[in-house]
Amino acid sequence: MKYSARDQEWAEWMRSAIKGDTQAYHRFLSAVTPHLRAMARRRCDQFGAPASEAEDVVQEVLLAVHLKRGTWDPDRPIGPWLSAIVRNKLIDSLRRRGRHVNVPIEDVIATLEAEEQSDGLDRLDAQHMLERLKDPQRDIVRSISLEGAGVRETAERLKMSEGAVRVALHRALKSLAALYRSDAREDE
Amino acid sequence: MKTNDLISLLAEDAPVGMRLGRMLAIALLVGVVVSALVLLSTVGVRPNLAAAIETARVLFKIGFTLVLAAAACRLVFIVGRPGLSLKARGLQLAVPLVFLAIAVASELSVLPSEAWTASMLGRNAAFCLFFIPVLSLAPLAGFLLVLKNGAPESPGLAGASAGLAAGAIAASLYAFHCPDDSPLFLAVWYSIAVLLVTTIGYLIGRRWLRW
Repeated sequence: MKYSARDQEWAEWMRSAIKGDTQAYHRFLSAVTPHLRAMARRRCDQFGAPASEAEDVVQEVLLAVHLKRGTWDPDRPIGPWLSAIVRNKLIDSLRRRGRHVNVPIEDVIATLEAEEQSDGLDRLDAQHMLERLKDPQRDIVRSISLEGAGVRETAERLKMSEGAVRVALHRALKSLAALYRSDAREDE
Repeated sequence: MKTNDLISLLAEDAPVGMRLGRMLAIALLVGVVVSALVLLSTVGVRPNLAAAIETARVLFKIGFTLVLAAAACRLVFIVGRPGLSLKARGLQLAVPLVFLAIAVASELSVLPSEAWTASMLGRNAAFCLFFIPVLSLAPLAGFLLVLKNGAPESPGLAGASAGLAAGAIAASLYAFHCPDDSPLFLAVWYSIAVLLVTTIGYLIGRRWLRW
């Protein structure tokens, strides 16, 4: 079987990422996201979930790709792995949300129109999510995501070692993934 | 949080600590060692092991359980990785079963039919049913803990594979103690014990291995 140049490029980036190449990983995630978004919007339509939820789903899928990237075998093509993760998480996420979604079609149309303007990139209330993280985790997440600092800079700013920042960041991402899941459940 | 901010956040956490395959290998090794120690420190191996191991029945008993354990472990090693087909390795589980069927058939042809029931019931069936699940605890716990880091497409199937592998490992260890050597005993009591562990794995995995 032949794999596309795109798949090979993605796999190359992911291989570097696993070894710790932050930039390659950033390229990989940025390249994958538009595809995830298109898929999430299509599925939201299909499941009758408001399109505004698509971006939440995208973020949940990104977190799953991230937390499960150790299950990809670098000797194998990345396409099938990625599709399986995305399909599984997409269905799971929409099923959880879908259960309580019961919006009349006019509202969906209205949401869709609103979506076009805002591009739906900020569905989740950042402040709300951050507040639910524990202390060093919250500062680290804020520093890296909102203020655009790297790990080293964050470590200096918070007077922590780089290792400690890395560990706390990893835990924070796990907590975020759990928060997404519990958030969707609370709404049921 | 904006998706682009999330991407920056994830990118900073790029390196992977330990990959799934290596974690599973460690769980397998630790599980086998712990269960072997449990066997040795409690009931021990059978006293006449050196002589017994040369008989065809004992060789088959140990060989069958080892082949089953190997086939099930091969399944465990891919069941946590999404996007892989499980069919080939799933079908390999049939290999030890075919061996067992042949062994049962030849045992039935060798033994007079009056002896069938006694061979099947053996001497230690109840202990076998108790001790194989006990010996499976360490490998089962190890596999499940590691698979929690995996991304199984079917959590129930992943749990069942872990249970089957752990049960088969336990059975192959127990075979060094077990005084009942007939393939008829193996086909009944070992199977029940291993299926019990498989079911436990399935029930735990179905809920706990969801991600």
